[in-house]
Amino acid sequence: MSEEKKLFKVTIDGITIEVEPGTTILNAARQIGGEVTPPAMCYYTKLKNSGGKCRTCLVEVAAGSAADPRPMPKLVASCRTTVMDGMVVKNTTSERVLDAREGVVEFLLINHPIDCPICDQAGECDLQDLSYVHGADASRFDFEKRTFVKHNLGPYIQLHMTRCIMCYRCVYVADQVTNKRVHGILERGDKAEIATYIEKALDNDFIGNVIDVCPVGALTDRTFRFKSRVWFTKPVKAHRDCSKCCGKVHAWFRGDEILRVTGRKDQWGEVEDWICNECRFEKKSIHDWVIEGPAEINRHSVISQGHYSGKVGTTKPNEPFSKVMKGRQPNLLMDIHSVSEVNPPELDLSALPGPAHSTDFPKRKDTGEEPLTISEKSKGRLG
Amino acid sequence: MGVKLLLDKVHIEGIRYYDAYRKNGGYAAVEKALKTMSPELIVDEVKKSGLRGRGGAGFPTGLKWSFIAKPEGVPRHLVCNADESEPGTFKDRYLMEFLPHLLIEGLIISSFALGSNVTFIYIRGEYAWIPEILEQAIAEAKANGWLGKNILGTGFDCEIYVQRGAGAYICGEETALLESLEGKRGNPRIKPPFPAVKGLWDRPTVVNNVETLAAVVPVINMGGEAYAKIGVGRSTGTKLISACGNINKPGVYEIDMTISVEEFIYSETYCGGIAKGKRLKACIPGGSSVPILPANLLLKTAKGETRYMNYESLSDGGFATGSMLGSGGFIVLDEDQCVVRHTYTLARFYRHESCGQCSPCREGTLWMDKILKNIETGKGKKKDIDLLWDVQRRIEGNTICPLGDAAAWPVAAAIRHFRDEFEWHVDHPDECLKRNFGLAHYADPIEVVT
Amino acid sequence: MEFTVERLQKVKEIVARYPDGKQKSALLPVLHLMQEQEGWLSVESMDYVASLLSLEPIEVYEVATFYTMYNLKPVGKYMFEVCRTGPCMINGSDEIIAYIGDKLGIQPGETTADGLFTLKTVECLGACGYAPMMQMGKHYKEHLTKEKVDAIIEECRRNAAMNN
Repeated sequence: MSEEKKLFKVTIDGITIEVEPGTTILNAARQIGGEVTPPAMCYYTKLKNSGGKCRTCLVEVAAGSAADPRPMPKLVASCRTTVMDGMVVKNTTSERVLDAREGVVEFLLINHPIDCPICDQAGECDLQDLSYVHGADASRFDFEKRTFVKHNLGPYIQLHMTRCIMCYRCVYVADQVTNKRVHGILERGDKAEIATYIEKALDNDFIGNVIDVCPVGALTDRTFRFKSRVWFTKPVKAHRDCSKCCGKVHAWFRGDEILRVTGRKDQWGEVEDWICNECRFEKKSIHDWVIEGPAEINRHSVISQGHYSGKVGTTKPNEPFSKVMKGRQPNLLMDIHSVSEVNPPELDLSALPGPAHSTDFPKRKDTGEEPLTISEKSKGRLG
Repeated sequence: MGVKLLLDKVHIEGIRYYDAYRKNGGYAAVEKALKTMSPELIVDEVKKSGLRGRGGAGFPTGLKWSFIAKPEGVPRHLVCNADESEPGTFKDRYLMEFLPHLLIEGLIISSFALGSNVTFIYIRGEYAWIPEILEQAIAEAKANGWLGKNILGTGFDCEIYVQRGAGAYICGEETALLESLEGKRGNPRIKPPFPAVKGLWDRPTVVNNVETLAAVVPVINMGGEAYAKIGVGRSTGTKLISACGNINKPGVYEIDMTISVEEFIYSETYCGGIAKGKRLKACIPGGSSVPILPANLLLKTAKGETRYMNYESLSDGGFATGSMLGSGGFIVLDEDQCVVRHTYTLARFYRHESCGQCSPCREGTLWMDKILKNIETGKGKKKDIDLLWDVQRRIEGNTICPLGDAAAWPVAAAIRHFRDEFEWHVDHPDECLKRNFGLAHYADPIEVVT
Repeated sequence: MEFTVERLQKVKEIVARYPDGKQKSALLPVLHLMQEQEGWLSVESMDYVASLLSLEPIEVYEVATFYTMYNLKPVGKYMFEVCRTGPCMINGSDEIIAYIGDKLGIQPGETTADGLFTLKTVECLGACGYAPMMQMGKHYKEHLTKEKVDAIIEECRRNAAMNN
């Protein structure tokens, strides 16, 4: 980084970072990472003009800049607001933000079918993730939900408009990645829908990318439809020589069968590069691809559960806590077996002939010691 | 009697046409501005006048004009917002229908001040007969040398075109208007950038309301300082009020913002009192988006002072006990009107007019409409009132454009001031469709819920 | 479906107002012209407009479905668009809508069997001081009463009979 370039200092939830002028609050937060990063349902880095619509990334600007430290009166869409030098932003530390975000999640869900059990997107759905973190546990919407008829947009893509949250990403893909747009937003307000007006197939070479950008299960891959839950498949980095696109994909395996091909997504769920329809829909044989190795999946994702050892997945790490924590002992964690008699480590549950009963857990010998409990100090931390 | 600056000549026969308009002092302001003033001087004069946007927001016009970017070689545009669609508001239509030359005159001066050689009037599609009136006035002005090339030998060229919308309230929002003018769906843009930097076709643009642009004519004729002396405080000049609802004389009135609300409603010069000898129950003083006020808070502020028809006085007390002058759409409800039903029609209106782009507005306006319909038709529950409050609260301030606020405020104010009427609906499901019940203690002091 | 020569000339005039490459700006006025000519906007007429302005058809559909004044289905010869928003409602618009519906034997959104009348409810048309009111074609019919509605329907029937 050259010395002359003036960087802007921005503080988000108490963490200060220096970013290039012109960076949005969202992208500054992504540079910090973790909880500080607001969720984004409509913004997509690769798509020009995207963002600003879903309102899930609203944040509070507690100080506009060092020069003008007045707070901004309204919450702002972090994906479309650029940082100023000395700006102070509150995301999860702002009650207003959390309340507004809970409201937005509720708005997004009132007309969403919540048909996750039969939705191909389940397990990799941004709306699912969002509602787990920010949603309420019950709906207050007592009315019939809005529904639309399902449409096949040609042989490869199914449009399930009822699930759509109107992020506009697929429209931007058609505008910016393909050379001809045949679908768009029709009607307005709560009647607005993604459609072609008259029955038309989306058949451009790159139109399959609308599936990857769709944050919900509104646009799904017909060649993968109902084949498998995504968490039963393993994403593998693969490539091939393709005359149309980069040919770099994630091939989703079940056993040694490729069930699905998608673009390679980064940690924010955005594809690294667009791929063509041929790679996506027509190359399902293992012989079509050069396999590079397992793809990284966020360890919190349901897809990662139990698939891999090593750096991906939830395999128990080998290092003791004291090493990971640079010599300190964790004060929040305790050995559950010191207070509970259920599921002792020496008992192999799968070896039992039926469901486990309390009689299967023999009472421990009384050692005369007090069982280890959470210390007063850590109770305070927990509370 | 109040001063009249806009409608003073409206009753002269033939004033709609050029000859009568010119004979009665028309186009003198263009002559003065183009021959004796520089664009900067005109902007200064408008600043001095204290003229505020008459579309509803009340933003100082001169200040707005001074924001326009002037990059080298990029054309700039003035766009006249004639998409008058706020329920209760019909003043711009009156101006355009009866005094088209006043608007054209204001447009020429403002175009000169802003450097707009191509100026558009964007008019709501439903006013389908008015473009002809405006186009005829434009043709007359052009034939007499007030428009076209090298106007009055100053070297300034200007053309004015009229373009019709096609039915969308949202196009009254200035960036949605610009999208519509570009032939697109009326989705408001995400700001910044503001139109003054990137407006029509990405060029610097100023969008002003019809009445604002017409008011530029008296500002130039009499000078900014003299204009600022009319009215009171930061409410300078005159304002058109379109009065409707249960009053004896609905119509468009020009007021000088020093008269009281009581005088406006009861004086023979203006509304002429409540129709059919009934009593005043409530009023939405500035177009459907602004908070409804019960009679007691309308005529007097919470402090017991007389409330006046101007920006400051109408908003005295904030949203807890006050409202806004807004667009000047003055809707009066008599004692027999049902606030719940009225609020329901407004919620339905906003649901119908939401562009659908952002989630709180798209889903929230739908939800409010459905809950209000239930309450109005006797299917509501007590908890629905709190839910309604919560829904409007989570729309307000969280949307791309002000339509979300506009939809939330009327619902909030109706619950705030008429909660017992909502509860009555819930408690009397069989009776609530009978409309003539009236809220007995409408004029009593009402406890304020914040 | 194609424009008449006069209308084509009008389209050229409108497009000339905008900078080069910004002919999309003419879309709303051109769709109005098309509806004036055809009575409604069929897929074929929208596709024609798209080719005339060098747009993708979807761009035209997106716009035509956004604005309420474009008829995407054929409508009656006379369309009564009655306002029902707050200020009209408190002056009796509900009764007027019901009266028209009863008299013509149709519900809002429907067209009479003879194709003469369509009844529609609309939201605020900006004539609140002259309520109740409706739009009929290019003009507003204001201060509606049952008697006035009778007279309007009668006049429409007379005009239709004369033109047949």
